[in-house]
Amino acid sequence: MPAGTLYRGREGMWSWVAHRVTGVLIFFFLFAHVIDTALVRVSPEAYDETIEIYKNPIVSVMEYGLVAAILFHALNGLRIVAVDFWEKGPRYQKQMFWIVMGIWVVLMAGAAYPILNHAFREVFGS
Amino acid sequence: MTAVIEEAASGPAPAQKPARDHTPIVITLRIRRFLPDLVGPNGEPPVPFWQDFQVEADPTERILTAMLKVKGEQDGSLTFRRSCAHGICGSDAMRINGRNRLACKTLVKDLDVTKPITIEAIKGLEVEKDLVVDMDPFFQSFKDVMPFLITSGNEPTRERLQSPEDRERFDDTTKCILCACCTTSCPVFWTDGQYFGPAAIVNAHRFIFDSRDEGAEQRLEILNEKEGVWRCRTTFNCTDACPRGIEVTKAIQEVKRALIFRRV
Repeated sequence: MPAGTLYRGREGMWSWVAHRVTGVLIFFFLFAHVIDTALVRVSPEAYDETIEIYKNPIVSVMEYGLVAAILFHALNGLRIVAVDFWEKGPRYQKQMFWIVMGIWVVLMAGAAYPILNHAFREVFGS
Repeated sequence: MTAVIEEAASGPAPAQKPARDHTPIVITLRIRRFLPDLVGPNGEPPVPFWQDFQVEADPTERILTAMLKVKGEQDGSLTFRRSCAHGICGSDAMRINGRNRLACKTLVKDLDVTKPITIEAIKGLEVEKDLVVDMDPFFQSFKDVMPFLITSGNEPTRERLQSPEDRERFDDTTKCILCACCTTSCPVFWTDGQYFGPAAIVNAHRFIFDSRDEGAEQRLEILNEKEGVWRCRTTFNCTDACPRGIEVTKAIQEVKRALIFRRV
């Protein structure tokens, strides 16, 4: 059965979708994070071993993804607060969305070196 | 108007608008059909399908005109609602190229005619046939917010006066034509048909912020319920879809703030 088409929403709809997706991703990260931090109660060695795994380049890339998700969720969250409480927020939501994206791109560029530097050297040699 | 007269008097020749291109073009309407009588040989339930119609249209014509041409000349079984055909009655809301619009306010020249133009029924309400949906749940939500003047005491012998500022307060939400473009563009409404939806909230807003009305508290109580304004996730699809240009999300946010701060 041929399905109906996807609704062609604009900034508002897609920012909401991205907000949900990043929110769920962050939620699952918190599970893993609570487990790895709780390992210190098992034994400091177990904790160190786990953290050692995190030096893997793949994990670095995942961490960069985590930063991307948290940054978007936080910045768009501020936009939503403005839409909720600032009288003119609903009128300027599109402009605010693009401001959010601008800040997000700048911060992601800034986070690239500190987070990916180690992984880059690991993979390509220094 | 004044500017035109002055221009004609002072300038050598009145500024001519660039001539519109009225050359008819052939457009393809890709319409999602649903025929409830189309039961399979072994009693299979009818399934929706896409059907293409080629139709000649002037670029300045509306999609509704092209659809009427299809219905009149090619396939009389094509079913859709339309009444005034001038953007006032709100009958012909449909999803054209993925967005909710009124077919009578959508011009051919504003769409990409190199590709087929997709036309579907609005989402979230049960399709009865082709583009006709069951509007009853939509109008029930509208009725539930009590969209009429509520007052107490004796009726005045003359008009109920209101200052221009007080009138301005809810001017935007008086423009609603109940076409359901907003409510059926809402992702929350698609998955939760119990949600009052933008249109009902807009019509509640129209009375909540009317200085002559005394039913604001009752309406706010209704919209404070689980399926009321708090279901809104500010996706702004409603604002983008409204053919009357109502800032729907803004109105919903105003109702939310009235609930939080208890101030109308």
